[in-house]
Amino acid sequence: MGKTFQKPEALAETITHYCPGCTHGVAHRLVAEVIDELGVRGKTVGIAPVGCAVLMYNYFTFDFQEAAHGRAPAMATGIKRVRPDLVVFTYQGDGDLASIGMSEIVHAANRGEKFTVIFINNAVYGMTGGQMAPTTMPDQRTTTSPFGRKVLDTGMPIKMAEMLAALQTPAYITRQTLLSPKYINKAKKAIKQAFSYQIENTCFSFVELVSTCPTNWGMTPLDAIKWAEEKMLPYYSLGVFKTPENGNEVQTPDSTQ
Amino acid sequence: MGKVLMKGNEAIGEAAIRAGCLNYFAYPITPQSEVAEYLSRRLPEAGGVFLQGESEVAVSYMIFGAAACGERVFTTSSSPGISLMSEGISYITAGQCPAVFVNIMRGGPGLGGILPSQADYMQSVKGGGHGDYKLLVMAPASVQEAVEMMMSAFALAEKYRNPVMILGDGLIGQMMEPVEFPDALKAKPSNKDDWATNGMATRSRNQRNLVKTLYLDPEELNAHNLMLRAKYEQMEKEEVRYEAYNVDEDYKLLIVSYGTMSRVCRTAIDNLKDQGIEIGMIRPQTLFPFPKTAIYDAAGKKSCRAALCVEMCMGQMVEDVERSVSGQRPVHWYGKCGGEVPTPEEVIEEVRKLVK
Repeated sequence: MGKTFQKPEALAETITHYCPGCTHGVAHRLVAEVIDELGVRGKTVGIAPVGCAVLMYNYFTFDFQEAAHGRAPAMATGIKRVRPDLVVFTYQGDGDLASIGMSEIVHAANRGEKFTVIFINNAVYGMTGGQMAPTTMPDQRTTTSPFGRKVLDTGMPIKMAEMLAALQTPAYITRQTLLSPKYINKAKKAIKQAFSYQIENTCFSFVELVSTCPTNWGMTPLDAIKWAEEKMLPYYSLGVFKTPENGNEVQTPDSTQ
Repeated sequence: MGKVLMKGNEAIGEAAIRAGCLNYFAYPITPQSEVAEYLSRRLPEAGGVFLQGESEVAVSYMIFGAAACGERVFTTSSSPGISLMSEGISYITAGQCPAVFVNIMRGGPGLGGILPSQADYMQSVKGGGHGDYKLLVMAPASVQEAVEMMMSAFALAEKYRNPVMILGDGLIGQMMEPVEFPDALKAKPSNKDDWATNGMATRSRNQRNLVKTLYLDPEELNAHNLMLRAKYEQMEKEEVRYEAYNVDEDYKLLIVSYGTMSRVCRTAIDNLKDQGIEIGMIRPQTLFPFPKTAIYDAAGKKSCRAALCVEMCMGQMVEDVERSVSGQRPVHWYGKCGGEVPTPEEVIEEVRKLVK
């Protein structure tokens, strides 16, 4: 019997600094598997965000740049414009992408930059210690919304996938999650599709991943998964919101898939 | 190629292409938008990359991304835009990437005005962004000099793996003068295999590269800063450039002035010579590294009674001139910063007060 399971070549032989139950490790592995399967490790440049994944370059075995908070899409734009032959992805959290980096992500998507974005939405700032994010759920307690997020004061959580899908430029925009193996398999397919669109020079590609942060949510990993399923998935619908082939006329997003 | 008559902003854009840089990202701002307008036509024709970014903040990171994968890249802006780019500039120096930034200065603070100014001296020379870093800052006094500085900037940026800034006042960008583009200043290719994040497969050595700015370990960060400091010290040893004017005479006063302002001072010095008054001038061509020794020596000349710093701002260079003069002579200041360039007559009047 041959080997049926092994560490992707794109993933470094090391332990990570992520908390128990955190989904960054799963997302990292999916990205690494896709890069291996597409055979592009030698021409890939990753862009690490500011946030928990700021040190992610330690966990991969290809070229990396480290961005300032929210600026990864501008850096990716710089790379792809001068070196369109490279495979470039940004990996950003919700504070990074949906708050301080809102301008950079919207304009990169609208220009149709040919890079891939992996967007980790766990409804909270991680590295700075659990502050409210633009994606924090109504009434969710964080260190800067100790009485729960009051939408009258701070608005509703931003649905990034839907917002970017509303742009008129062709793109691949999807939201997936990492809450259980069946979701993880779908998420991997989406990530592979996103990189494929980039490699074929087709369009901007964006994969939002509904994730958990047990530490900053103050929950056990299992309770965090349950909370995400009950609170986040009904609001953050899973599915494909836009494809370059069919624009916004793709299948209706379905949170029960 | 002979001389052509060109507007400063357009000549700066053309100089980059002639030096071998075909990548430009920018955001429009007066009084330098002509660079972007010129390059939006010229770069596609030359097979290069032109992109108008959504903000100066984004542009500074497009520069970072492109520079970090080893490609020559530059941008141009004006004062408020450079304030926004200063965040990215701090990261680019920390990430040790070569890039060229051009600041065609307008009046400040805030929106200030759109007329010429030299009010970004401190921002350019002393920081602007956060942390211990320096830019190599060159200040042209003519369109020809802007072209030559621009063309030599890329090789300098690559030598130090550090951004270079061309600091021109609005007049340098707006005026037309005859220029030529010396082939000798074309930047030579440099080997970037040790650091550029341009895909492992392109490099012989099978090791990945990383461009980063985070050093959580205090000893590592201190070592990183010491290494950066060593580069700035090397610049102080090797890159100081200045022009001395009328310093062979027994002058009573030493003027220190740069950019367009120094040309006005030169006219004033010529006129004063006709009236029997000798004035010397040191014109810094690099603002960092600053020509400390030249100014120290020139101010220390026996006949010299004082130094006068003439700038189109409220005396931002005075402290560097004082530092250079080192207390040998008093240092005075004259300038304006509303956008009007002081006239030779106004400079003469100021000089006469000091050499009565």
